[in-house]
Amino acid sequence: MAGAFAAGRASEASPSSAGPAREKTYPFRGEHQAGIDTPVQDRLHFAAFDVRTESREELVALLQAWTEAAERMTGGGPAGPVGPVEGASNLPPDDTGEAIGLPASGLTITFGFGPSLFRDASGRDRFGIADRRPEALARLPHFPADNLDPARSDGDLCIQACADDPQVAVHAIRNLARIGFGTVAVRWSQLGFGRTSTTSVGEDTPRNLFGFKDGTANVKSSEAAALDEHVWVGAGDSPGDWLAGGSYLVARRINMTIEVWDRQPLGDQENFVGRTKDSGAPLSGGSEFTEPDFDLPGSNGPAIPTDAHVRVVHPDLHDGARMLRRGYNFVDGTDALGGLNAGLFFIAYVRDPRTHFIPIQNAMARSDALMEYLKFTGSALFAVPPGTAPGEYVGQSLFDA
Amino acid sequence: MRKALIVTALLVAAPALAACTENTDNGGGGESGDARALTVNSSADACELSATEAPAGTLTFDVTNTGDEVTEFYLLGEDGLRIVAEVENVGPSLDRKLTVNAPAGEYVTACKPGMKGDGIRDAFTVTESDEDVKVSTDEQELVTAAQTNYAAYVQDQSDQLLVKTREFVELYEAGDDDAARELYPVARTHWERIETVAESFGDLDPMMDAREADLETGQKWTGWHLIEKDLWPARAKGYTVLTPEERTTYAQDLLTNTETLDGRIQDLDFTVDQIANGSRGLLEEVATGKVTGEEEYWSRTDLWDFQANVDGAKVGYDGVRPLVEQKDAALAEQLDARFAELQELLDAERSGDGFVFYDEMSADQVKGLSDAVNALSEPLSRLTAAVLS
Repeated sequence: MAGAFAAGRASEASPSSAGPAREKTYPFRGEHQAGIDTPVQDRLHFAAFDVRTESREELVALLQAWTEAAERMTGGGPAGPVGPVEGASNLPPDDTGEAIGLPASGLTITFGFGPSLFRDASGRDRFGIADRRPEALARLPHFPADNLDPARSDGDLCIQACADDPQVAVHAIRNLARIGFGTVAVRWSQLGFGRTSTTSVGEDTPRNLFGFKDGTANVKSSEAAALDEHVWVGAGDSPGDWLAGGSYLVARRINMTIEVWDRQPLGDQENFVGRTKDSGAPLSGGSEFTEPDFDLPGSNGPAIPTDAHVRVVHPDLHDGARMLRRGYNFVDGTDALGGLNAGLFFIAYVRDPRTHFIPIQNAMARSDALMEYLKFTGSALFAVPPGTAPGEYVGQSLFDA
Repeated sequence: MRKALIVTALLVAAPALAACTENTDNGGGGESGDARALTVNSSADACELSATEAPAGTLTFDVTNTGDEVTEFYLLGEDGLRIVAEVENVGPSLDRKLTVNAPAGEYVTACKPGMKGDGIRDAFTVTESDEDVKVSTDEQELVTAAQTNYAAYVQDQSDQLLVKTREFVELYEAGDDDAARELYPVARTHWERIETVAESFGDLDPMMDAREADLETGQKWTGWHLIEKDLWPARAKGYTVLTPEERTTYAQDLLTNTETLDGRIQDLDFTVDQIANGSRGLLEEVATGKVTGEEEYWSRTDLWDFQANVDGAKVGYDGVRPLVEQKDAALAEQLDARFAELQELLDAERSGDGFVFYDEMSADQVKGLSDAVNALSEPLSRLTAAVLS
């Protein structure tokens, strides 16, 4: 089915603008959801939703409709079965049309469930799934320096849409939100550009808005053992194992005080990060992928300062815990004072946030030199169910008791 | 949606029952094999159909205009008068699709290049088939009832608008500001209930309902919102209140325009698709102006308008609901539930005989109302097609 739609849209793409990378499609169905260990695309549109209905049937019907639409769109087709211009003239089209002529552009659509889906703020079991909430799926604690905007935090459901073309990513979220009207309401959404990490060894390590290479030590898709150890939820980790093969998605909107950072001398910037700005090599020497040597003495204490970011969050200090980071830079215009409203929309996939994120964030808040230049303005945690088999809908393992 | 819709559409005979909407399933690709999928080539001097007959059922006419002028295509009853379905405004080199649920019988097809005259006509036959095309005999009665009731509702609201406006301008001119402020949202309720109809008069609407922010440079401001600002100047910086003479000028201008509007409304008829479109349009008014608190910037009485728009939308929907129930029962059920949900949220904001002021609501309350408007508007956008299916 998806093939026919893919042909329909891809064939309209102009060859000059559509190189092989743009034609790339990732299958929606598989053992794990796409969009986690998939090579990181250039663009992001991430949306969190509140569920408005109290009906489990309506919620499941939405997940089914979302699955169908996501499968069509990731295959390069329209959101609905009819299409943006193929339908009756007195009906709103079932696809909004801004992706006409655009190839799939490596679109992935990844769904997650927030803790509040299981129990609402008053503790009510909303959809008869409260006993299936894994203990790890709890609202993230307050961290020092959190200045969270509730309107940019949390959510019952989330959708991460990534693509190499921003219009394709926005098209995906827009159409999924539209399908959801009534059953869900958009709580917040975030656009991102310029991936800030890689998940494959072939990709160059990109730079964040501080101008530094980011995510050098990321878990890569080729590291099967590391993915199992650090990213995929294992058997026995969740009630009824519904989340086995899934992951946890930590989202943090991190504003950078860009203008202040830019006034820091280069040497200070490198000391804050613990790497050179040019090649990304650790200050203990070597090249980008050389392991940092935290004990190497320097002129004034260790070569890599004790409060350098690379040291504070290094797996060696956290029982070897690694993350699969998939964050994006964001610039949401400027604030009232003319400063860039910009930073890093941090996304990390981990096997268990209690061991793989919370201790690291606390350590960072406690002693990371970068904290001086960061403001945490949004925060959310979601359980990302495993991949969807043919004939299934996303998250079916949670609802099939 | 386009605001001029109702008036322009009135010039055309009411499209009757059977027109439009089912999405044809072209997914399989084999269009040539489907006897119900027809093509129409409308050129300057010919109207070529791919077939002169088709089996009863859902027929699709893919109309391509190969002429130089805008064309129209009609499927007419055997008498050549009754419009069964039509597609208008097909520009040169464009194609438009017409879907119609046609029972067996004799028909007439017509292309109208240049949109003039009787068009280029030919006989067309719909043959008996296995596909059962329901034409309920009482469907026409439902249509007639919906049309009659809606026209009566619009006239009644217009009458009440005139009465209340008269009272309002008297109070305002007399300087009885407290009483005028109290009556302001009540009088406007009657405007907002039929806002899409009132707005269809493109000359009157800007004179009566323009907000200050809507004005072009140099455009003179008159109407409800000018008086609103004069009665609630608290948010206006450096505002000079109007003199009694100015008050009289603007008040009488509003009253005169209201009388003109009322006179025009008495002659209006509405087709069922216009009623359904009106219902959708009123919810769009809520989404773009009321739930955002932009409509009543000075008085903050947006929720009165909000309720009135919903009232009008509900009346329109209720009128065509029996038709929708026959054609798409699930849609009717969903719309019932979503109207009820929105009304429940609005009822929670009632205060005395009216509502709380817009700035008394929390951001969460506004978001809740907005979510409910979205929840209702999405299925409501399919109402017209359902009514015509």
